[in-house]
Amino acid sequence: MIWILIIIAGIITFMMRYSLIALIKPENLNDTTKKVLGYVPSAVFPAMIFPAVFFNKAQTLQFNTFEVYAFICALIIGYISKNTILTIISGLASYWIMIFFL
Amino acid sequence: MNKKIFYQGIKDVLPMLIPVVPFGLIYGVLGLELGFDPFVIIASSFIIFGGASQLAFIQLYSIGASPFIALSSIAAVNSRHLLYGAVFSQYFSFLPLRWKLLLSYLLTDQAFAVSLPFVQKNKDFKYHLLGSGVTLWLIWQVSTISGVFLGNFIPQELGLAFAIPITFLSLLVKELKKIDHLIVMIVSGVSSILLYHFPFKIYIIASALIALVVAYFLIKNFKRLTV
Repeated sequence: MIWILIIIAGIITFMMRYSLIALIKPENLNDTTKKVLGYVPSAVFPAMIFPAVFFNKAQTLQFNTFEVYAFICALIIGYISKNTILTIISGLASYWIMIFFL
Repeated sequence: MNKKIFYQGIKDVLPMLIPVVPFGLIYGVLGLELGFDPFVIIASSFIIFGGASQLAFIQLYSIGASPFIALSSIAAVNSRHLLYGAVFSQYFSFLPLRWKLLLSYLLTDQAFAVSLPFVQKNKDFKYHLLGSGVTLWLIWQVSTISGVFLGNFIPQELGLAFAIPITFLSLLVKELKKIDHLIVMIVSGVSSILLYHFPFKIYIIASALIALVVAYFLIKNFKRLTV
């Protein structure tokens, strides 16, 4: 049973990835649709970022946590530097300083 | 094979691996704790290859959820890949079928985001996606296997789960100064908080779609913002 389920889960996941690549012909996309698709990273990633930052392990909304402060730190450094590596370093370093020294 | 572009893809995805390793270890360890056969756990990472969805799947299965529920959760959590596929469809049309199939299997949040700028600017982009995709795939498999056989050897105190939102944030920093993108990001983030407690992590795809509707509205009504 578990094997069949995993294989179906794999097919579902693969189809989520492949189906629109297979079905959409670029010449059928109008300019507005192409423009909207340009916002996909900005529309998807915050939906995975915000809950991970603002909900604690007990699934309650919290603003006064090390995670929130480290996130703000990474956000500021990221905004100024526009640099991927600097953003990650500033977020993790500030987080570790807080959890190990405060 | 263009090795230079392949290596560029590997290099670009490397920072994203920081949370992937501990996540894979936890998946392997949790799978064992929930009573799954080691071979089943390892095979699930090969066959499904989607961390968050796999975790939800084994948790639901182990508490006796119906197959329909477990598979619905896989579909809901992974539905965001439809959007990645829609974006890539603009560039993939001339690729041979075997490349479309391979790059689809390797398509993840991280590979999508780190390779997208390269895909948009370069004709021979497939090796960049192959580099980022294969690297993340390999690390996910190795960390799942390590979790199963070696246990969770990375100290929990490091709190590396927090590296997930931080690496995802790092993928957006180039757009933070664009007001249109910033509005879309805030709409998505606030929606995800409001929709968080709905089942199947539906908040991811729901918030993304709400944010894309706002993007459409901005394009139609505030042309100067969205050049």
